[in-house]
Amino acid sequence: MLQGGAIQSQGNSVERETGGWRVQRPVVDMEKCTHCMICWVFCPDGSILVDEMRFTGFDLVHCKGCGICAVECPAKCIDMEGEAALLEEGAITS
Amino acid sequence: MTVAGRAPIRESSEPKTSVGLSGGLAVAEAMRQTRPDVVACYPITPSTIIVEKFDEMVADGKVATEFVAVESEHSAMSACVGAAAAGARAQTVSSSQGLAYMWEVLYSAAGLRLPIVIHCANRTLSSPINIHCDHSDTMGARDSGCLQLFAENAQEAYDNALMAVRIAEHPDVLLPVMHTQDGYTVTHSVERVDLVPDAAVTEFLGAYEPKVSLLNLENPVSMGPVISPHYGPDVKLPAVEAMLHARDVIASVGREFGELSGRHRGLTEPYRLDDADVAMVLLGSTAGTARVVVDGLREEGIKAGLLKVRSFRPFPDEEIAGALEGKSAVAVMDRSLSAGAGANPLFEDVCVSMYSHAVNVPLVNYVYGLGGRDTFPGQLAGVFQELLKIGRTGRRIPMVRYL
Repeated sequence: MLQGGAIQSQGNSVERETGGWRVQRPVVDMEKCTHCMICWVFCPDGSILVDEMRFTGFDLVHCKGCGICAVECPAKCIDMEGEAALLEEGAITS
Repeated sequence: MTVAGRAPIRESSEPKTSVGLSGGLAVAEAMRQTRPDVVACYPITPSTIIVEKFDEMVADGKVATEFVAVESEHSAMSACVGAAAAGARAQTVSSSQGLAYMWEVLYSAAGLRLPIVIHCANRTLSSPINIHCDHSDTMGARDSGCLQLFAENAQEAYDNALMAVRIAEHPDVLLPVMHTQDGYTVTHSVERVDLVPDAAVTEFLGAYEPKVSLLNLENPVSMGPVISPHYGPDVKLPAVEAMLHARDVIASVGREFGELSGRHRGLTEPYRLDDADVAMVLLGSTAGTARVVVDGLREEGIKAGLLKVRSFRPFPDEEIAGALEGKSAVAVMDRSLSAGAGANPLFEDVCVSMYSHAVNVPLVNYVYGLGGRDTFPGQLAGVFQELLKIGRTGRRIPMVRYL
């Protein structure tokens, strides 16, 4: 960071960990997923993880829990679950 | 010299270096000499005299500044922030309610580390509405992160206006510098002012080459991004560090300016203080009255002294504690209020200075000149008489007294 908080580097939003903003977390039922990539198209934060054109999960370090993926998913395989309860159960955040 | 009513017999082609100017016009002249790229202003009494004169100079082609006639002081400071972020030398002028209206943008300017120069003329804040001087307006901006220099007279206001540019742009500082003069008492009183020639000012200031600016295409930057809580101190604390560095910079620029002009300006200015028994600490034009009072008391055999504070932010705590050590009693004069606090702004800073450097001298706080009420030599002499009593008895209640 330069003087006065100025930023010189580019493409550094990955360093901004926004997962902590999440109130609800997307949880996928992989049995129903058709790998259509609609969630990848709609996710505003690039938090859909993809490997060889197949959906593999969520980047929970950056997912803000907006729920757009759950609304847009044609197969209705994503549910939004309360983050607090999952944290209490000891579920990892990322 | 010309005689009134007659045409001048002979006019020298050399520009005059000693002229009669009010503090406001002297600062306008200094602005012209510093050749700012951008000046954005909204006029407000008593600083209007500066703006209107400078605007006239722009209109007459005497200076090639982009003059932005904005619709408010909030916009004036915002325009300065934009200009300075782009890498321009930017300046503005204000007083009182106008400065108060700039207030939130002052914090942005300081946080972004932009070396904007703010020429102020002190005027009280409403209510009651009143155009005369006290220091409540600049004290309101005390914690904004801007440097604050106070002037005693037109000459010092002129000198401060020139030095402010150098101090603000110094790589160890890079903060806005607000310099101020007492409204009317200085802004509208004509005095002899010795000017520095234009070429010498240009050389003294040098070229401004910002390391970080929006128009530097070699090193593109984003300025003012939102940051997460984790980085808050990383941005704020270097600005505090810069403010502390500014003490050395103000002193060294003052020395350099002294070599240029013969007028040496430090962070404080003691007057007959070394061997003084009782002393007064103050800011601004009342220092002139206090000098006369000190001289009078000295003739009566009373060892009175004065410490004028030129740099209020950064506050020269060590210098002040050292200068006041060994006095039997000291009066700290405030021309503004901090309602509900134990005392008032200058007193609090002097107190902290003394405590930090383990100097124990009885201090009392006097509030004077609120809303422009005159302060007469007899009143200041009375303060010194009370100090002599405090020195003898050690009784300093009430701590805060009002003239």
